[in-house]
Amino acid sequence: MMDDLRDLYQEVILDHGKNPRNFRHPEDANREARGDNPMCGDKLTVYLRVNPDGRVEDAAFEGRGCAISTASASMMTEMIRGKTEAQVKALFESFHEMCTKDDPEHVHHEGVDEEAMEKLQVLAGIRQFPMRVKCATLAWHTMDAAMAGARKTSTE
Amino acid sequence: MNEIVRLRQDIETGTKSGFDVYEVRKDFPILSRTIYDKPLVYLDSAASAQKPRQVIDTMVRTMTEEYANVHRGVHWLSSTATTRFEAARKSVQCFINAREDREIVFTRSATEAVNLVAASWGRTNLREGDEIVISRMEHHANIVPWQMLRTEKGIVLKVVPIDERGTLDMDAFEKLLGPKTKLVAITHMSNALGTINPVADIVRIAHDKGITVLIDGCQGITHLGVDVQALDADFYVFSGHKLYGPTGVGVLYGKAAILEAMPPYQGGGDMIARVTFEETTFKGIPHRFEAGTPAIVEVIGLGAALDYLTELGLDAIAAHERDLLTYATKQLSEIPGLRIYGTSPTKASILSFTMGDVHPHDIGTIIDRAGVAVRAGHHCAQPLMDFYDVAATVRASFALYNTREEVDALASALRRVQEIFG
Repeated sequence: MMDDLRDLYQEVILDHGKNPRNFRHPEDANREARGDNPMCGDKLTVYLRVNPDGRVEDAAFEGRGCAISTASASMMTEMIRGKTEAQVKALFESFHEMCTKDDPEHVHHEGVDEEAMEKLQVLAGIRQFPMRVKCATLAWHTMDAAMAGARKTSTE
Repeated sequence: MNEIVRLRQDIETGTKSGFDVYEVRKDFPILSRTIYDKPLVYLDSAASAQKPRQVIDTMVRTMTEEYANVHRGVHWLSSTATTRFEAARKSVQCFINAREDREIVFTRSATEAVNLVAASWGRTNLREGDEIVISRMEHHANIVPWQMLRTEKGIVLKVVPIDERGTLDMDAFEKLLGPKTKLVAITHMSNALGTINPVADIVRIAHDKGITVLIDGCQGITHLGVDVQALDADFYVFSGHKLYGPTGVGVLYGKAAILEAMPPYQGGGDMIARVTFEETTFKGIPHRFEAGTPAIVEVIGLGAALDYLTELGLDAIAAHERDLLTYATKQLSEIPGLRIYGTSPTKASILSFTMGDVHPHDIGTIIDRAGVAVRAGHHCAQPLMDFYDVAATVRASFALYNTREEVDALASALRRVQEIFG
């Protein structure tokens, strides 16, 4: 049982959870969305600056959440910077499947950044904790909504 | 000594001699199971309590041997089921010392009981500009129904503040009661902090000004019991599943004179005296408020739960739970970085806390792997969480079947959290 916990709370996660990267509100963000997890009351806002070609030039977030949701948001903002809308979408979908599919050898979406997916594997332990999957995916759903131009999202 | 007085005494003192928690635990089959190969340490009874064999067996027997619809049919089974169902109403009446059994309305949940009052009493008695006084520590179930009524009727909601300990500001409460105040709706005991509110004072002060009072008894009744006549509240609501009974049944107690003046809540079968297409006349109370086939098995199960509690005695249960709370408060206070929310001088059975900057959900997940079940979240009391400026807390709640060893297990699991988070 402790192995599961160690899988979930790896050093990388604890580090990102404690010292989240890109934890700020960029004034030149041109897209943002707020995400709520009504189950635990966690909320975060994702800020993006997307250039006219649809490439993410900056990604940041603010809010409060557990170690898992904060780490996931932190890693996400590092990974989507410089990516096109299509690449971000592929990463989001691959990550989502990694968190929710039972099969660990999940299918990566075409064109997905394999290196990023490799790094995100530290969050794969979440599969053993079904009640916590939403913590890992909240930032990503929120980012997806921000990309689409929505203002608010929820994992419920 | 008349029967009711004798039964009241039994409820307080119990009919068994002595309270032995290790014996009591044998009544709860689920407590002997393991979670992740660890003995279950169930500290989430404030969310829902586990069920004793007596309740489970009663429900199984009802379905196996005595089940039929109630208040219908002349056959033996229907008549037996009706007798059992109405006997459960008597049990509730006795347990809370209501004057009459027709003051007991069975609902789906305590939430539905509040909604019933809001829809029936509220719509009838409230006008635009009228005020309802609630408190900062209410469960969403005692906030949202009134907000919905506010939208519909243009009434005003006023909120009694609390202090840092989680104690109601009674001076502010008195000042909030004005000529337009029509209802005070306040919890007997906070589900998130454990604070016991001075409900008798609240009722007296409100009644002095002619204001109706509803008490949310979901937590209060399980730890303190209630005598609704002594309390004199106009409405008292609670759920069955927190009282070691089944889910799907709640209770609305209302004074007969008030219930009688209230229109039906839902229409349908079982609540009518006579129906033609031109006109329908309704049954008297309580059946007027019980449209449709009720939760027959669950109501009978709740009756069994109350009999069980009566056997143990509320005083013995309360003493045991007080000991656990004192012990747990001491043990957890020794953990560095642990902060307890809710330090009212009058509180029961609930320890709400945070640990440093570790999120309650991470704490909940980690100690779950040690078999310790607690609630991590906002406890359906987000305005209260906002007051303390936290998104969530961890809540350990103690019930009649918990032990000091389980408190130790909680403390040791919390130290494990510290190891992981450093």
